[in-house]
Amino acid sequence: MNFPENLRYTEEHEWVRLENDGTMTIGITDFAQSELGDIVYVEVDTVGDTIEGGEVFGSIEAVKTVSDLYMPVSGEILEFNEAIEDNPEIVNTNPYKGGWLIKIKPENADDLENLMTAEEYRATVE
Amino acid sequence: MQEPTQKVALDAVHREAGAKMIPFAGFEMPVWYDSQIAEHHAVRQAVGMFDVSHMGEFFLRGEHALTLIQKVISNDATTLYDGKALYAYLPNEKGGIVDDLLVYRLSEQEYMLVVNASNIEKDLAWIQSHNEWNVEIEDRSAHLSLFAVQGPKAIEALQSLTDTDLAAIKFYHFEQGTMAGIENVIISATGYTGAGGFELYLPNEQAEKLWHAIINAGKPYGLVPVGLAARDTLRLEKGYCLYGNDIDENTSPIEAGLGWVTKFNKNFINSEALQKQKEEGVAQKLVGFVLEDKGIARKDHAITDAEGNIIGRVTSGVPSPTLGKSIGLGYIKKPFDKNDTEIFIAIRPKKQVKARVTKIPFV
Repeated sequence: MNFPENLRYTEEHEWVRLENDGTMTIGITDFAQSELGDIVYVEVDTVGDTIEGGEVFGSIEAVKTVSDLYMPVSGEILEFNEAIEDNPEIVNTNPYKGGWLIKIKPENADDLENLMTAEEYRATVE
Repeated sequence: MQEPTQKVALDAVHREAGAKMIPFAGFEMPVWYDSQIAEHHAVRQAVGMFDVSHMGEFFLRGEHALTLIQKVISNDATTLYDGKALYAYLPNEKGGIVDDLLVYRLSEQEYMLVVNASNIEKDLAWIQSHNEWNVEIEDRSAHLSLFAVQGPKAIEALQSLTDTDLAAIKFYHFEQGTMAGIENVIISATGYTGAGGFELYLPNEQAEKLWHAIINAGKPYGLVPVGLAARDTLRLEKGYCLYGNDIDENTSPIEAGLGWVTKFNKNFINSEALQKQKEEGVAQKLVGFVLEDKGIARKDHAITDAEGNIIGRVTSGVPSPTLGKSIGLGYIKKPFDKNDTEIFIAIRPKKQVKARVTKIPFV
């Protein structure tokens, strides 16, 4: 299973990438998509909201289950990946690139240091 | 009470094929091999094969076997003849359902009952407790494998493996034949997908040989292995009940729409009460519905009218891969059960999605 080294990871099976402009991109991991199975719907109606780390920002529905999505760190939700609306399967096929979920403006970029490295995350799922 | 999960004979074969295995009804079962939606379409459009060896098989033998069966099942097994099967349920004594099942007549004095995996021990004890005729009951669940080869290309996928004329086996009929060199395979024109095809019963020792033979013979026709997740979307598109979801110990078979397999020309467990219920009418019915907005209805979601009054509950719901819309089954109070009635499903604490009562099957 693929866990890119340049990302940070959460216990909720999400990944976070710090972009050059200081924003963060958030998605679910390869492990999460394989556990959920075919994803049919992602609901995020919190764009513009500021949400605490650990709080719910949306939900992701697979054929079999619905799961909440949690903010990895505190911040303002800037953007939802609209491409998922029409093609939710890209979260399955390309969870780290085309299948990203949201972009946020973190309150504190240093919060990233509290998240797991690829190596640490891999150890929790394998 | 969590019992250790059992493995089907082909456990290693499924893992080798990349299946995701999950605990289901006490077994480790393939839930999908790759994409459950692709597997669903394969069954509707071509052919797919499920390993459903977790299902239970009881053999009832002796001169009173039919008498016992007539006592415990809702349908009329005297209509059976050698090579014919029927669908029925086991009513309990309080108006609910112990299980639903298939009954096969192998010979005048030998029948096979096929029951849900989660209910094997319960059903066995239940039938045994009514066995006042000392009918021989053999539970062969742990020794038999069951493959369901389902889809419009099922005959083509299998025919090269057997001399039995598959096209000649009518719906709900079966033959015992040789397949891939394995003798006495029960080849049954039944299934849980509504896509046509066969269910194949055989001893565990031969299971791996037959599985590989079918995978190879079926490949030119698009045959793929299919997991339980697609089995659920396939059965729901046809409106088939799933025990534990749509029917259980507390649901009325009359409300569930199982009147068609309830025959009052004979006495069976609780038949008087069920007949009374059928004649007097029921207050709610299990009906199908289609969501008109995004979202997925799931078991136990409340069903409301436009004013927010609760009028029912969801028992099953999935996004239908064939329709591209969310569908479901639920019990709805009369008169809201009427076809085309607008209803609402509470898919989140604060979110109601509009839906419409729709005739089953959905496809």
